[in-house]
This record gives sequence, C-alpha cells and structure tokens, in this order.
Amino acid sequence: MLSQLSHLPMDFLLLAAAVTLASFGFIAGRLRAEQFSFPGDIHPNSRPNAHGYFVLMWSLVPVVLVALGYIFFGEGTSRAILRSELPDGFSILTSGELTTYLDTVARAARIPDFLSGEHVFDTVTERYGEIRGTVNIFTLVFALALSVAGMFLSRRCLSPGFRARQHVESGIEWFLFLCAALAIATTVGIVASLVFESLRFFAEVPVWDFLLGTRWNAQTSAEFGALPLFFGTFMISFFAMMVAAPIGLYAAIYLSEYASGQVRSIIKPVLEVLAGIPTVVYGFFALLVIAPAVRSIALWINQLLIAWGFADGAVLAAQPTSALAAGIVMGIMVIPFVSSLSDDVIRAVPQSLRDGAYAMGATKAEAVRQVVVPAALPGIIAALLLAVSRAIGETMIVVMAAGQRARISPDPTSDLTTITVQIVSLLTGESEFDSPKTLSAFALGLVLFVVTLLFNLVAINVVKRFREKYE
Amino acid sequence: MSDPAVSPFANERALKRLRRRRAADRRFKWYGRMAIGFALAALALLLASITTQAMSAATYHVVTFNLDLEKETFGGLKPDDPPPVDKVYGLVRADLLAQFPETADNPVLRHDLTELITRLAVLPVSRDIVRNPRSVGTVREVELPLSDDLDLYLKGANARHLTVPIGRVSAEEKDGILTLTAEGAYKRLIAAVSLEGMLAPEALNTGSILMTAGQSTLKVSTLDPSRITGSLLTGNLQDFGTYPVRARLITSPESERTVSDQQIAWLLALKAEGRVSRVPHWSLLTHTDSTQPELAGALAAIMGSLLTLLVTASMAIPVGILASIYLEEFATRNRVTDLIEVNINNLAAVPSIVFGLLGAAVFLGAFGLPRSAPVVGGLVLALLILPVVIIASRTALKAVPQSIRDAALAIGASRMQTVFHHVLPLAAPGMLTGAILGMARALGETAPLLLIGMVAFVAEVPRSPTDEATALPVLIYSWATQAERAWEPMTGAVILILLAFLIAMNGVVVFLRRKFERRW
Repeated sequence: MLSQLSHLPMDFLLLAAAVTLASFGFIAGRLRAEQFSFPGDIHPNSRPNAHGYFVLMWSLVPVVLVALGYIFFGEGTSRAILRSELPDGFSILTSGELTTYLDTVARAARIPDFLSGEHVFDTVTERYGEIRGTVNIFTLVFALALSVAGMFLSRRCLSPGFRARQHVESGIEWFLFLCAALAIATTVGIVASLVFESLRFFAEVPVWDFLLGTRWNAQTSAEFGALPLFFGTFMISFFAMMVAAPIGLYAAIYLSEYASGQVRSIIKPVLEVLAGIPTVVYGFFALLVIAPAVRSIALWINQLLIAWGFADGAVLAAQPTSALAAGIVMGIMVIPFVSSLSDDVIRAVPQSLRDGAYAMGATKAEAVRQVVVPAALPGIIAALLLAVSRAIGETMIVVMAAGQRARISPDPTSDLTTITVQIVSLLTGESEFDSPKTLSAFALGLVLFVVTLLFNLVAINVVKRFREKYE
Repeated sequence: MSDPAVSPFANERALKRLRRRRAADRRFKWYGRMAIGFALAALALLLASITTQAMSAATYHVVTFNLDLEKETFGGLKPDDPPPVDKVYGLVRADLLAQFPETADNPVLRHDLTELITRLAVLPVSRDIVRNPRSVGTVREVELPLSDDLDLYLKGANARHLTVPIGRVSAEEKDGILTLTAEGAYKRLIAAVSLEGMLAPEALNTGSILMTAGQSTLKVSTLDPSRITGSLLTGNLQDFGTYPVRARLITSPESERTVSDQQIAWLLALKAEGRVSRVPHWSLLTHTDSTQPELAGALAAIMGSLLTLLVTASMAIPVGILASIYLEEFATRNRVTDLIEVNINNLAAVPSIVFGLLGAAVFLGAFGLPRSAPVVGGLVLALLILPVVIIASRTALKAVPQSIRDAALAIGASRMQTVFHHVLPLAAPGMLTGAILGMARALGETAPLLLIGMVAFVAEVPRSPTDEATALPVLIYSWATQAERAWEPMTGAVILILLAFLIAMNGVVVFLRRKFERRW
C-alpha cells in the first residue's frame, strides 16, 4: 500500500494543490471582504481584491515551502532513513558503493511491480518504496494542513480597517528581495561546494603536493601535482593575450580616435559578433583550421632548420593539437573583450586632454600615445585583466584544441593541458563523488575560481577608480 | 618675423622631423586598420571555413532501391513489433548481390559490397513498414543513404580524383585480361598521369586508373599510348565496345583510402544506372544521433536544447527581472544590498565551468537530481545567465525617467503600484532584450553541461525535462572530436543550425530595439 504511494505524480499533485488552494484562498478572502458593506462614506482600507490576495498569499506560501523542501530534501531524507535501517551486512560497502547501490534501488523502485529475483535487493527496494510512499503522503498532508491553516488564520485577520494591500505589498517586496538574494545564494553555493569538496580532497592529498607537484596523472594513477596544469593555463593565456592585447588595443584606438561615426557604427557590432559566437564553435575552428596550419608551419620550420644545419632533428614538437593553436583562437575570441572595454575608457578620457596635446603641436598619434593612452591606462589594464580572466576560465577551445598531456614544455607547438581541460576530463562520464580523482576536479575548480575572482576584483576596482577620476 | 626663411621651423632638419612625425602618425593609423582587418579577417575565415564544411553536408547521396515487400515475409506485423530491420536489409543486400554477380563466390567482395549501405540505414523504412502495414505486398521505392566514405568520395572530399574522356575504343578479352585499343587515344591520359605525379600503373601503389563505359569498369594494369590492358572490376566486355570510355584517375594508393577501387566501380555502375542521386540532407534535422555519420541527425539535441532553454527561461527571466526591480526600485543602500551588488558583478565574470562544478556538487550530489537531464542543465544555465539578465533589466529600469514614478506617486499610487503599473510596462522591451541575450548566451554554453552529464549518446528524442538529453553545443563537441572524416561537414552543418538560432534571437533583439527604443 505504502509502496504504491511512492509512484504518486508528486510534481503534478503539488502544483495542483498550490493552484487550487491559491484560488480558494483568493475567493475566500474576496468574498469575506465583499461582506464589509458600509452605509455612508466610510470605506474599507483596501479593496476586496487586496484582501483576496492577502489570503491567497498565506495559503500559497506554505505549499511552496513544503514543495521546495520536498524537491530538495525528499530523496535525501528517504535515503537517510533507509540507510539507518539497513542490516549490518551492508557496512562492508564503502560510502561510494552504497550510493551507487541506492541509486540502483531508487531506479528500480520507480518501475511499478519491479522484481529482480534477488531477495535482498527486492526487500530493500520494497522498503525504499514504503519510505518514499510515507514521505510522499506526509508531504501532501503537511502541505494541505499548513495551507488550510494559513488560509483560515489569514482570513480571520480581515476586517474593514485591515491594511490588506500594505501587507500584500510587503510580502511581494520580500519575494523580490529573495530573488535578488539568490545571487548571494549562488555565490555561497559555489564557494561552499568548491571548498567542501576541496577539503575532502586535501584530507587525502597534501595542499603543497597539489600546488607544487610536477606530475599530474589523475586518470590512471594517483598523482596530483597540478603545476603542469597551471603552466599550460598560463602558456595558453599568454599566447591568447599576445594576440588579443595588441589587436584589441589598436582596434579600440582606431575606433575611438580615427574612425568616423559611420565606420564605427558598423565595425563595433561586427567585432562584438566575435564575442557572441559560442566557444565550442571556436574550438571546432581551432581543430579544423588553426591547429593543422600551426602544425604544418612548425614542420616547415623544422625542415628549414635541418636544411640550414642549425639542428639535427625536429626542434618543434609539431603536435596535431597545440598550445599555440588554442592560444591563437582564444586570442581571437578575447579581442572584443579588450577592444570594447578599452574603447569605452579611451572615449571617457576628456577631450580637453587631447586639445591640450594638439595645442602643443602634437600629431594625432603622439596625442594618443603620450596623452590619451597614459590617461586611460588604468582602464586599459582593467580590460586586459578581465580578458586574462576570461582566457584562464575558457574551457571548450582548450578541451578541443590544446590536448590532454600534463607537462611543462616551453615549446608552443607541443600539446599542453589546462585546469579547465582536466576538470572536464575528470568529471565527464563519472558519477561517484568520493574518489580523490573526482574531488581533485573541485580543488582545480577552487584554484580557478580564486584566480579569476582576484583578477575580476582588481579589474572592477581599477575601473571604478578610473570612472571616479574623470566623472 | 613672418619671413618663412628665418622661421626656426622651416629649416631642412625641422621639415625632415615633421615628415617623420607625420609618417609615424600615418603608420599608427594603419596599425589600427590592420588590427581591425585582422579581427574581421579572423571572423570571415571562421565563418567561411564552417560554411564550406556545412555546404558539403547540406546534400548527400542516396541509392534508390525497389523493395518487394512480400506478404509471406512482412505480413502479420503488429504496431508494437520491433521494426524488421534484418529482413529489410536482407532485401537490400539481395538486390545489390544480384546486381553485381562477380561477388557470387567471394565472401570478401560480398562484404565490401554490403558496406555501400549500412544496416541501420533501413531503420526508418522498417519502422514505417510496421506503422503502415498497407505497404506490405507492394513494391516500394526507397532511397537509402550511401555509406559516409563513398558519399565523401562522390563529393570529391575523400581520395582526390579526376576524369579524362577517352572516346570510342575497341575491346577484346583474353584469359580474363581486357585489352582496349584505340590509335593514340591514351596520350592525354598518359600526360595527366605524369602531371599528377603518378608512376606508371605497373609500379602501382601511387594510385589507380579506372576505365568506365556504361555500367562497366576495368582497372588498368598497363598503359600505352594506344593500348590499355586491365582486369574487369564489374560489368561486361560489350559495354566497352558500345559506350564512350572515360578514364578516372585516383591519385592516392588504394591501401591508404577508405574506399576500394572495387567499391568505386560498383558505385559508378549504380550511378550510370541512375540509381544514385544527390538530395538535400533533411535527415540532419529529422534524425537523432547515430554511430554512422550518414544516418546521424541533430533532432534529439535540438529538442534537448529547447527543453533546457525552457527551464532556464522559466527560472532566470522572472527571477532576474524581479531581482532587478528590487535592486533598482526598492533597495535602500545598506550592507546587504551592497553585498548583492558585488555578488552579481562577480558572478557575471565567474568562468562558466565553475557553474558546472556547482551543478555537479549541489544539484546532482546534494539534491540527487537526475544526471544528463535538461532540468539540471536548465537550472545551472539559469544561475549562469542570471547576472546578465539582472544587469540588462536594471539598465532598462534606469532608462525610465524619474518623472513617471513621481507622477504615479503624486496621484496616490503605492510604490508597488507605481512599479508594476507604470515603470515595468515602459521597461519591458529593454528587459525582454536583456532576457533574450541571456538566453542566447545559455544556448551556446557547453562546459557546464558537460559536467552534469549532458554529453551522453542520446538516440531518443527527449520529451520531458527529466529525460536523458543532450544539447546542440554538446553535440557539436562530441561530433567534432570524432575521428572519422565524415563528421567534419556534419559538425559544420550543426554549427550553422546553432548559429541560425543565435542569429534569430539577436534579430528579435534588434527588432525590439528598433521598434520600442525611445529617448525621453
């Protein structure tokens, strides 16, 4: 009986309960308010609809809270109860194996009348179904009871002088605040999950071995020295900035100082298209065009060096996927980040500075180089920092075009791996959360988060100061 | 004083310096032009290389078969029976084997021949037979996609080849060796062979020369200006006597290609018979993923992306807009709101993969939501684009002049009524454009989806947000990293589909801006 209840369509039932109770609440409140009829010119504080909304609010909020609790904690609670009831024989399973086992149980319990034939498994599944059924029925009853209670209590508050609209409005304001506070919740969620999983990882691998070790081999053997990954990330971001910094800067200078309004209004959006293209498309472009080109140029240089007698064998590694290829493509992707932000700060430099330079007889280039750019320098540096942070956190281009081998090599045509590549390869096709292998991905994520956060904070502060200086 | 000759700026050195400075100025301007040129050229190269790939996948080759669906074999199928793939494929196989009798006693050749059409290619037809039992007992004309390697060969992308017309020759056979004689007819062919850097046919391993006439093909073993000998790959001797002959040079050795000379010969015979045609590749939009490039399509990924975006939109847009209303209209400056502001600005710059880690740890790990499901992907992407939506909505709210609020408040509206009755409708177009831009960002995002397992091979079209699914950018990633050549054009085509969606979304934004943008 109870296990039959575990197949209840809970999403639908809770939604239906919410809608029904909300409508009932509204009607109840409104009808009550309409009974306040007054002779003469005494008016109730709020209109009948506001009373309706007030009761609706108090009948809806309990259902929503219970439903959220059910969605986020229903499964976890059921499993916790089941775990506490499991016989001692299960203690030989590690917690990871137990989770996998319970996953299978949960999947089996979703199929009506499932029987595997294995006695223990079927008993556990049956019991799990019963627990789920209990949780389901408890949730429904609880939601209904709370909601009806809310409805009645709030309806009793209603009176002609009751400030229903003000109450409803402060309720809405609270809801608006909760929406805004979701940003805090997200940050807390990110930091908590990264720190929590990283701490579990550092319980097994010492922090310094992780940060300063030079051997990374997380997939096959347990070697977690992340220095090669930091090196690869640095190299590729460096190549990216070698492309993006000069091109983005010169483009910004040209657009803000030289181009006519018409040219600017065409070229600026076109440059921003580069920022709108999905990064996986850049990855494909790197794989299809740039990586083979880099490789053949490297092979040609090798041949040339050998032919001229500077080298005996191949000097450049000329791998099919290379750090240089990923860096170039990433640089192209980052150009608009550099150019549009630099463009903004260069335009924010007051015209009087330029006029002063021209009055001294400077040519346009001299004015830009010696007056405008130095004045805009903090903003330009911030733009570059933001671009670097973008490059460090970029994933798809390096996953597709940078390679998997963790090593420290100054050769730009060899394949290097990065933090993001390793996170992806450690976490795809893997479901258990307890091995150091998966946990190391979170430690890498923490490093990535902290580094990009630092870059962003510095950049945002620099920009703020710069704005204050000229505005 | 006004005499230019005595002006300290008019002497030779000063003028030279001035010229140098002006040249430097011009150079500086050109650096800027070159930078913009580079960026635009990179964009053009990117789009051009993807479009050329996609154009090649826009059409593909199909072979026409007349399948005799006999009642004895196909009768009595019930609507929920498994599709009779093997039976239908048996018919296709039998048709091919009957067409090319040279495969009769040769298992290797039989295998090569059946490689022309992969077994799963008949799956749609088989499903249709189960669904419409009325077609049983009739002869049905079906078009089946050609295997990807041969398709690429016909498109000229796999094993470069060129044809040289020869004309009429006289043919004779002796001990299984065919001899084609025509006075001086092969001079051009020999020239082409040496131009291509191929060695003489005797010292092969540098490529093959096939002679075709009608539906027959022979492989050249010796080549003289007026005499060719070779062995027949398919067809018969008479064809060479009756039809004009063409030579086909394939410039890579047979051992280095994925298509054999024999398969090319069969293909040419089918083509001469008019059974091979190049048709638009609609299955790219109507099929789901497959292990065979010629059968794969993006339907499941498109649906997965739509479901994911549905979840994202239903969370990020309302929450983002309400949050921006709070921050812009109600929040008083205090520590909490300052904290929220800082958080939003930082979240906008957090790498997307970190959101994937959040999804993996919190939604999958702590809350136990299903892996690979659009609902989890949608939630993660919603958190990812929330800052974008909030920032855009706030800009839209800021653009509404204060006088509107003052007027509403002055006639007795509450703050809530002012915002929801007067400010929000005026800010709505701006908010909507922000929301659409956020959705466009979510549509192109790949990395977070990889971490929550939306990279699985999905052969079923997902129907609800809790089904296993993949998304368009993830499909691009998995196809782009496949080894087989044929996936490249397919990937290009899917990228164009994705870009089409993005362009459409941005088009809506431009339209909204043009139509509703107003200056106060």
